Amino acid sequence: MNDINEQQVAEAMYAMVKEYHGKKNLKAMDLTKAMIEKFGEACTKDLCKAAIRQLMDSERCTYSYVGGSYIVLPPEKK
Amino acid sequence: MADKKRSTPKLDELEKGPWPSFVKEMKQAAEKSATAADALGILERSYNDKIGHWKHGGIVGVKGYGGGVIGRYNDIPQDFPDVAEFHTVRVNQPAGWFYTSDALRKLCDIWERHGSGLTNMHGSTGDIVFLGTKTPELEPIFSELTEAGFDLGGSGSDMRTPSCCCGMARCEWACYDTMGLTYDLTMHYQDELHRPAFPYKFKIKAAGCPNDCVASVARADLSIIGTWRDNIQMNKDAVAACATGGKVDIGKDVVAKCPSKCMDWDGKNLSIDNGNCVRCMHCINVMPKALAPGKDRGATILVGSKAPIIEGALLSAVMVPFLKLEAPYSDLKELIGAMWELWGEHGKNRERIGEFIQRVGLGNFLEQIGLEPVPEMVTQPRTNPYIFYDVKK
Repeated sequence: MNDINEQQVAEAMYAMVKEYHGKKNLKAMDLTKAMIEKFGEACTKDLCKAAIRQLMDSERCTYSYVGGSYIVLPPEKK
Repeated sequence: MADKKRSTPKLDELEKGPWPSFVKEMKQAAEKSATAADALGILERSYNDKIGHWKHGGIVGVKGYGGGVIGRYNDIPQDFPDVAEFHTVRVNQPAGWFYTSDALRKLCDIWERHGSGLTNMHGSTGDIVFLGTKTPELEPIFSELTEAGFDLGGSGSDMRTPSCCCGMARCEWACYDTMGLTYDLTMHYQDELHRPAFPYKFKIKAAGCPNDCVASVARADLSIIGTWRDNIQMNKDAVAACATGGKVDIGKDVVAKCPSKCMDWDGKNLSIDNGNCVRCMHCINVMPKALAPGKDRGATILVGSKAPIIEGALLSAVMVPFLKLEAPYSDLKELIGAMWELWGEHGKNRERIGEFIQRVGLGNFLEQIGLEPVPEMVTQPRTNPYIFYDVKK
């Protein structure tokens, strides 16, 4: 089992949000499922939760509401 | 704000009659607030145009939070520039909605400094609702609210602010401490409240008894309704006083209206077949001094109600018939965790948990969350006549 840390997950999530920007809105669970698939069992849901929190607190990502809540790039970074 | 005064003949009609009018309150707010004045104006315009001019959503909020602010804009900002942005702020209410006058004053002062001054006390989620502010005011509002001891509530695909009836604070029928539970759940699930990670919203409402004063059975994904396992408490002297007092006809007003016909009245003695009582509260409501809920109290946990948004309306259905609700509420939290895990992973976007249960089937849902099916989970009598049971078995 490979070790994986919060920072690595946050970076991978950020890359995914950037890649899908303007194409598809991603929910927290979309990112979580993608990370578990990418990193395997070492990437837990709690780790993903912490990574999302880091992305929000650092303002690299933000929440948007379009019917449901999504994780997107902040307006100035588009 | 005289220069902002708009003609509102249609809204003026709503001020007539004996009832309090929101128009009167909005007009008072408009005396001091250009935002409130434009809110009145756009409402009158909507009545004339027969269409709503609001749109909501987008990227708006405070740092780190995904809930608590609902972005709101109008589609004719050239005509109503002071409500071009008219965001709603949801503030987490204290459990049971108890305030000191000082706390209310602080809230109103903050809102008059940074918003329209219009409030909705309280919204259907239970939150204190601040109606109408602009994006640059959001962080200052949040900062002042937290300094005053308040926090934002939920919105979007998160756990919405849990709410409850006044419970043991004012009601002798409360079968558990609704306020204690609500406060505990609010604090325990801070992450789920502020950082949306669910397929859709999830509401928790705690009612102290089956009267369900917070209408949790119709308005909450998780309805926690107080109940009891033993017999209804009866004060025979008070029953006799009811009978002789002439205010209550026990036979007609109580026994005849018992939905399960589990009561009998011979003119002197009231008897209750408690095994067949369905805890409807009717008899207790009619004779509050004579009857009371039993002493072995707890709550029934129901899941799945919702208003019609994507699909039709649902009422909550029983998931756990009886649970002793005492801090730290580990059993309840374990159940909530199991349901969130399953629904969070397999729920479709904008699918409420009640709809999810309908889609996957109650049997599959129960199996996955590790609950044994029990007869109380049946929501309605079966309608399919092609199911037969071998009575010999």
